[in-house]
Amino acid sequence: MQKRISTLPFKGTAEQKAKLEAVIAEHKSQPGAVMPVLQAAQEIYGYLPYEVQKMIAEGLNVSMEEVYGVSTFYSQFSLSPKGQYNISVCLGTACYVKGSGALLDKLCAELGIQPEECSADGLFSLTACRCIGACGLAPVLTVNDDVYGRLTPDDIPGILAKYRQ
Amino acid sequence: MDSPVIKSFTELQAIKAQEYVHVAMREGAEEAAKYANMTYRKNVLICGGTGCTSSNSEVLISTMKDELKKRGLENEINVVRTGCFGLCALGPIMIVYPEGCFYSRVKVEDIPTIVEEHLLKGNVVKELLYDETVDGDNIKSLNETAFYAKQKRVALRNCGVINPENIKEYIAVDGYKALNKVLTEMTSQDVIETVKASGLRGRGGGGFPTGLKWQFAAANKADQKYVCCNADEGDPGAFMDRSVLEGDPHVVLEAMAIAGYAIGATQGYIYVRAEYPIAVKRLQIAIKQAREYGMLGKNIFGTDFSFDVELRLGAGAFVCGEETALMTSIEGKRGEPRPRPPFPAVKGLFGKPTILNNVESYANIPRIILNGAEWFASMGTEKAKGTKVFALGGKIKHTGLVEIPMGTTLREVVEEIGGGIPNGKKFKAAQTGGPSGGCIPAKYFDIPLDYDNLISIGSMVGSGGLIIMDEDSCMVDIAKFFLEFTVDESCGKCTPCRIGTRRLLEILEKITSGNGTLEDIDKMEELCYYIKANSLCGLGQTAPNPILSTLRYFRDEYIAHVVDKTCPAGVCKKLLNYSIDADKCKGCTACARKCPVGAISGAVKTAHTIDTTKCIKCGACMETCKFGAISKK
Repeated sequence: MQKRISTLPFKGTAEQKAKLEAVIAEHKSQPGAVMPVLQAAQEIYGYLPYEVQKMIAEGLNVSMEEVYGVSTFYSQFSLSPKGQYNISVCLGTACYVKGSGALLDKLCAELGIQPEECSADGLFSLTACRCIGACGLAPVLTVNDDVYGRLTPDDIPGILAKYRQ
Repeated sequence: MDSPVIKSFTELQAIKAQEYVHVAMREGAEEAAKYANMTYRKNVLICGGTGCTSSNSEVLISTMKDELKKRGLENEINVVRTGCFGLCALGPIMIVYPEGCFYSRVKVEDIPTIVEEHLLKGNVVKELLYDETVDGDNIKSLNETAFYAKQKRVALRNCGVINPENIKEYIAVDGYKALNKVLTEMTSQDVIETVKASGLRGRGGGGFPTGLKWQFAAANKADQKYVCCNADEGDPGAFMDRSVLEGDPHVVLEAMAIAGYAIGATQGYIYVRAEYPIAVKRLQIAIKQAREYGMLGKNIFGTDFSFDVELRLGAGAFVCGEETALMTSIEGKRGEPRPRPPFPAVKGLFGKPTILNNVESYANIPRIILNGAEWFASMGTEKAKGTKVFALGGKIKHTGLVEIPMGTTLREVVEEIGGGIPNGKKFKAAQTGGPSGGCIPAKYFDIPLDYDNLISIGSMVGSGGLIIMDEDSCMVDIAKFFLEFTVDESCGKCTPCRIGTRRLLEILEKITSGNGTLEDIDKMEELCYYIKANSLCGLGQTAPNPILSTLRYFRDEYIAHVVDKTCPAGVCKKLLNYSIDADKCKGCTACARKCPVGAISGAVKTAHTIDTTKCIKCGACMETCKFGAISKK
């Protein structure tokens, strides 16, 4: 899937930078450090802007090409910011045969955005994911860390309303 | 405080004896009766697996503890958060021992009643029990229900029995005993011979003999070797590895240490999906505890064997489940596969000899060591020994995890264990092996499930996803669904997979939108064989399987899509025609007002009609109609 790369200006704080530098220092001597550091950086900044990747490349003394190659390869690394609430609809097999495609369609319609996009107010972003392993509850979606299962499209407005308050 | 490091078998047994009194009653009342001085009167086990956590089991646990405290019962009743019981469809699940009462779909409001009536007064709250366990006045235990009776739990034996965040409970059920036996009584060659004799084959999908893999790695001399665990369970619809990690993480650590001893490695890596936060957390706790107790680290059990494990998180790439891609990813690079040979046993992680096994394969190892190879080999079929865990999902009553001896028939799994297909629908096919596998049509309903049988009918065991489909599933749509997945997940390194899967998807899209021809079907089939023959890794080599197997058994459905331009199952939107039943239509005009393209016409209080040339098949009219007068065909 094509990665969306944010064009928003980078707004990192000194505090975030200090955290990232500590993470880099901790992993510096470890073999294969790029992925764990990118994962930690995404925790700190919420996504991986160009500037952050550059700091990692310089800090770990690897090429920017290598860092960028890794960050664009894996679907969990996000190069654009997420909404305050990230909604992720499971499109794994078990959910799909139980109608999770219809949930995604309903969300797109309700939010007026497509998967991998963020709503204009920055409140919601929408992603499709592959199997979170809660197949017993199919079809499921997650809103940040909350999991909702056994859903129908009619449940969607109610779920969104909870987060709009 | 004394150091908790366990240095000998005697010390291990001392912890077991101390801890077993808490766990004994979970084996049933008979076992409990042997331990008169039990600290707790009852054990309340609440599932803390992903499925039940998603349906709020954490709140149940805290409410239960509060309610017990209110009544001063907190020292009599032991509340334990366990891993997955398997019957996820009925979650959240709570089991009370020693009775073995099975409360299903427990709500927070039910807790005070259960505490007051059952735990305090001793009256089981029948109306809250899983209905299959209640038979008049007689209450059946878990193991007597249809779902569990046919199962044989080896890899999952501790899931839903012990607290995965407490190493002592693992030791109480003979945890780390196999590691001790290996280190003190067996040579590394003995270990390899035992695993070979057991007939254990890789549970991740390939089915390669595990013992043979270990032998190859042991034979290669190197200054450093590695033991890796593949916990990158990417097959959508499979979640057995996650359940083992969440419910019994120590078994994986113990088995990896045994493997390390067998091949001469001192370092292990577990590569786990970041999408499994609970599994990651439990593994982190388990690794920390294992180090504290000296089960990982230097000089384990006072011997000169040292072994440690590090956790690596995936970042959402299906291809990383392929062994060479996984190792490239642990090295911190783009997870692209490498050509084989050289095989990992010769040149694997960081260029050193490496073995890579799947979580479920490891979960079998300690039992094989303790019970012997013959015991394991006595289960299963001639060429496939032991048990296999399947994740039963889709259109089936009891979704969840089932562990069955190899060779159990699909009919037994669907009708007896799975409880059949809901809503009186008919079984159409079972999909196994995820995006690499194929489907099993109804005519093979009695086929014994094992590696070779499934391959002979064009499917595969794979990691064990078993998705049941009824007559409402369109097989062309299912093939398209899997191809969308492989197109997304193809890493792009080799051309047959990168471009070939994209072309396959385009043809499928053409067919499902009503523009396909018979020639397209033949062209697609031919392309499938090219991709299988020429791709670099397992992802590409198996990506065409969903198409080939649906073509093999459901070619008539493809033909219906291209010749008759209809979708027999009523799934492919562009091939559906909406119509209004004139007898049922009341002429309320609701549908005509809802239609976004003005395709519906008719006067008030007379039957309406749909102009199929204008209709965009959005389905809005059908949702709106209160009289069920609109149908799609």
